[in-house]
Amino acid sequence: MTALPEATTRKLGLVIDLDTCVGCHACVTACKGWNTENHGAPLGDADAYGAAPVGAFLNRIHSFEVQPDAGAAQTVHFPKSCLHCEDAPCVTVCPTGASYKRVEDGIVLVNETDCIGCGLCAWACPYGAREMDPLEGVMKKCTLCVDRIYNEELPEVDRVPACVRTCPAGARHFGDLGDPDSDVSKLVEARGGMDLMPEQGTKPVNKYLPPRARDQIDVLAPFLERVDEGPKGFLGWLDRALERL
Amino acid sequence: MHPAPSLIAFSTLSGLGLGLLAFLGLGLAPTAGWTGFVFFALAFGMTGAGLLSSLLHLGHPERAPKAFSQWRTSWLSREAWVAMAALGVMGIYALLALLGLRISPLGWLGAALCLAVVFCTAMIYAQLKTVPRWHGPVTPLLFVGYAVTGGALLSGRVWPAALLLGIMAVAQFLAWRRGDRALSDSGTTIGTATGLGPRGRVRLFEPPHSGGNYLTKEMVFRVARKHAQKLRSLVLVFAFAVPVVALLMPFGHLSAGIAVLSHVLGMLGQRWLFFAEAEHVVGLYYGKGANAA
Repeated sequence: MTALPEATTRKLGLVIDLDTCVGCHACVTACKGWNTENHGAPLGDADAYGAAPVGAFLNRIHSFEVQPDAGAAQTVHFPKSCLHCEDAPCVTVCPTGASYKRVEDGIVLVNETDCIGCGLCAWACPYGAREMDPLEGVMKKCTLCVDRIYNEELPEVDRVPACVRTCPAGARHFGDLGDPDSDVSKLVEARGGMDLMPEQGTKPVNKYLPPRARDQIDVLAPFLERVDEGPKGFLGWLDRALERL
Repeated sequence: MHPAPSLIAFSTLSGLGLGLLAFLGLGLAPTAGWTGFVFFALAFGMTGAGLLSSLLHLGHPERAPKAFSQWRTSWLSREAWVAMAALGVMGIYALLALLGLRISPLGWLGAALCLAVVFCTAMIYAQLKTVPRWHGPVTPLLFVGYAVTGGALLSGRVWPAALLLGIMAVAQFLAWRRGDRALSDSGTTIGTATGLGPRGRVRLFEPPHSGGNYLTKEMVFRVARKHAQKLRSLVLVFAFAVPVVALLMPFGHLSAGIAVLSHVLGMLGQRWLFFAEAEHVVGLYYGKGANAA
């Protein structure tokens, strides 16, 4: 059914920290790997070893530069995947019912055996979160690793989306954004988490944490006690002994 | 947006075919005898060819029957239903009319359904907030207007066709002017797309990858502005000016043929521009803003 649920029991989603992301693309690789080897049609690549390879990815990292009115420009690495919107325009336009939003956790999914590959859902998404698989001819999108997060065969630590599990910078967080007491909700509250393109009226569940202000060093910093007191123990003795030579 | 030949053929042919069917349904074109047969064959042929070419656009055409299931929310699904209803009603009407029994109310119903199909097609595009140039009442007004104009032209109603061509030329000109401002008027910018707008001027520093992808091919397609102006002029000449001049000449098969062929050619150009000039907001993530060429 492509009618959106009135409300979902939970709102599972991601919180992405633009301050911490280092733009390493590890989440892109982890996502491609997991979603090629597991649930649904593999994420296809056309001309994979040729001159113009094109493949389906569910997560891509853009990098932007922000130039403030005064001061230095700042580079912001910007991961982008499905935001599992509450008013998901991709779901209602689907003619076959292949696209749907789950009542129990709010995840937006595609039933690949019902997808006719018309591409209208990708047109309806302002974020570019949906990509047609070049080999299967069906629409692919982030599943929030629905085959990991509930998978009791996996150790508990792995029951999060592959991108979150792999992020070396801790820039990606997963949880229930419908519960105001969840860790992710508190994080969004504390850091002023924001929506992308709020004027499009999609009410995205995923939130982005803005980068913190740069170059704000306390004027008293030079007078602070030094934190680094040099090596201690054997290495400290060696250091001092070599210094005296 | 990528101007897929299958979609251009679909919307041009089905628009003209359904317009002609509407005129046949209203009894404003010959529906009896061999003349009627030729008119019905032309109308059904164009509509059918258009609908079939739309199937070519699908990744899985064999699953097309599933597209009838979501009429509650999806304009594409509604279009499928209304198209079947229009072809069904007009099929019965045509068969009876050719046998000498023209049932007017059935024809009126068929005509209304034919224009409803065009309306549904237009709403598929008009509903998309992500493509500001398409979003709003302008798209269905243009599509239905073109279908009625095409119907008048194909059914040989000289003065109504000439008048409608004049009105549509002005409407199209105004629609282009509105469209050129639509993205910047929509309020969606690279600043709102990234949420970084309040912090300063945002520009794309590095795309996610060096090659293209489905999104850049399908939605970030941009026609060079220089060509767009030339193509718009050609559309105005072929879709409107040449047909009007041909209609004002002494009416005959030759002048009617020139008017129709020129209009079809112009309409193909109009539909190409309709897709090629449409800016999808996802382009903002790939460094294509309202002012980018």
